[in-house]
Amino acid sequence: MTALDAHLPALQVVVPLLIAPLVTLLRPRGLAWAAATATSLLTFLISLTLAAGALAGEIQGYQLGGWPGPYGIELNVNSFGALLLLVLTGGSTFALLAGKASLDQQIEPGRQPLFLSAWLLVLAGLSGILVSADAFNIFVFMEISSLASYVLVGGGPDRRALPAVFKYLMMGTIGATFYLIGVGLVYMMTGTLNLADIQVRIQDVTDLRPVLVAAGFITVGLGLKAAVFPLHVWLPNAYTFTPHAGTVFLAACATKVSLYVLLSFDFVVFQQNLVGHEAQFAAFLMPLAVMGILVASAVALFESNVKRLLAFSSVAQVGYMLLGASTVSLLGLTGGLAHMFNHALAKGALFLAVMCLAMRFPSLELDDLAGAAKRMPWTMTAFVIGGLSLIGVPGTAGFISKWYLISASMELGGAGWLLVAVIVLGSLMAVAYIWRVVEAVWFRQPGPEQADIREAPVLMLIVTWLAALCNIYFGLAPSLQIKLATDGARMLLGGLP
Amino acid sequence: MNLLGLYHYWVFAVLLMIGFYAVVAKTNLIKKLIGLSIFQAAVFLLYITMGKISGGTAPILQKGVPDAIFSNPLPQVLILTAIVVGISTTALGLGIVVRIKEEYGSIDEQDIQETDRQ
Repeated sequence: MTALDAHLPALQVVVPLLIAPLVTLLRPRGLAWAAATATSLLTFLISLTLAAGALAGEIQGYQLGGWPGPYGIELNVNSFGALLLLVLTGGSTFALLAGKASLDQQIEPGRQPLFLSAWLLVLAGLSGILVSADAFNIFVFMEISSLASYVLVGGGPDRRALPAVFKYLMMGTIGATFYLIGVGLVYMMTGTLNLADIQVRIQDVTDLRPVLVAAGFITVGLGLKAAVFPLHVWLPNAYTFTPHAGTVFLAACATKVSLYVLLSFDFVVFQQNLVGHEAQFAAFLMPLAVMGILVASAVALFESNVKRLLAFSSVAQVGYMLLGASTVSLLGLTGGLAHMFNHALAKGALFLAVMCLAMRFPSLELDDLAGAAKRMPWTMTAFVIGGLSLIGVPGTAGFISKWYLISASMELGGAGWLLVAVIVLGSLMAVAYIWRVVEAVWFRQPGPEQADIREAPVLMLIVTWLAALCNIYFGLAPSLQIKLATDGARMLLGGLP
Repeated sequence: MNLLGLYHYWVFAVLLMIGFYAVVAKTNLIKKLIGLSIFQAAVFLLYITMGKISGGTAPILQKGVPDAIFSNPLPQVLILTAIVVGISTTALGLGIVVRIKEEYGSIDEQDIQETDRQ
């Protein structure tokens, strides 16, 4: 293995990318799923090794073809990237392991290989963004993952997925094109696309106005991709109508990877070079984060479809991550990055439980789910654990990051107390909208048509419970995500290592 | 500052806005996609423009011309990739529109919204 270790950053992308076209050829029933799951598991093992390296403080760079940067293409796995690689590959593996029965239910056998191939392309594209150290490569990987994720979203049986995916395609492409304009302007002023090299050369640029414009384009473009309020309108419908297994995967990681690029650019490239960037960044994104938390949580309070409810909650959670980043402090950034990990655990468990529910209930409207817990107690207990973590109850993963966020807000002094109020209010609204689901499934009487409903398939339940228990484990022993998040935050604040 | 001399950049900005307008204001999905293509084409123009030097040639060493002025080829290579991405996006978008037409019998956004509301 030691000879392979040096190539792991490249293999993280190459493995799913190479296997994706092969999966389309695996026609026999179940074979495509087995291949995709095995690939996903392999990438998870790679990312575990990379995370172990990042924990040990190694700088895991890679030069493609042996050409040194800035002329060759460089890959670079830092702590922040390693943290998100864990989330990404872990989310994909959990969703695929649990999702066999759900995929069989929603997608006809003939189209499954194509769907799973698109899945692996999303995985390859998003991993590519996380390992890449080159602004243009990030764009290409972003488009690979986006194009494939449009296929994932539109692959389900519900026709309402089609207008949703069209809107997603429009907004996603505009976001990526804005990013491309920004990268072009930076390239114009610095003559390089390598992130580390940009950071060095930008110091010699005398006319900074194009760079300022670039910062604007990149922030807005990636804000679109990351579903930052009010640019989130594509997200709720896209998540709602995606096949359930796909929702688990996308909800756990897609928006976070865009946030990774956003934070890398804003902190590593622009922060130290633009006068007053810190204040502009915070003044622009903090109000959006606050509004995102409050408005999206409020909408979730009145949503009647469980998947849409959780999708709006995701928009609110993006707000928390951004709020942490916009305090521009070590504590806040650590909280924001750790929240990416913790939210993925919580939302992953919740959407896995929803997938279990969807196996037995054709409609996910709250009224149709009345009393579901009587028939599926295991599923709904896992849902409650995920919900507690989403709320941020002590002892669950969600508590850790919210604690960091509140501490960081208090550090800010006077106005910080308002932020504390926002975080607490957002969490209270989370209590309310999770409670609405709990009330419906646990305390209402089931209708007569539910008589023959059984628990979800065993494998699906086991994986759902594994995700739920992860929420408790990482709530009691949070050293992994906190260490990686702290290192990542330090890297963002101090520039590239 | 020679504003007219920078006309490439004006064309970029104008095309970008035309495309953006079509994406936002049109309800016909095909027209939206056309707008998106114009929007992307504008960015291609930005990249090509920044690499061009007036009087510059292709970056090829020639006998007898030791220090020829040449245009930067890298933005063109980059934009070749972006064009491929643009075509894939348009193709996928058109594919989705075909599916929408099959399912809803219309390619107008308002019709689709009304059908969904029923």
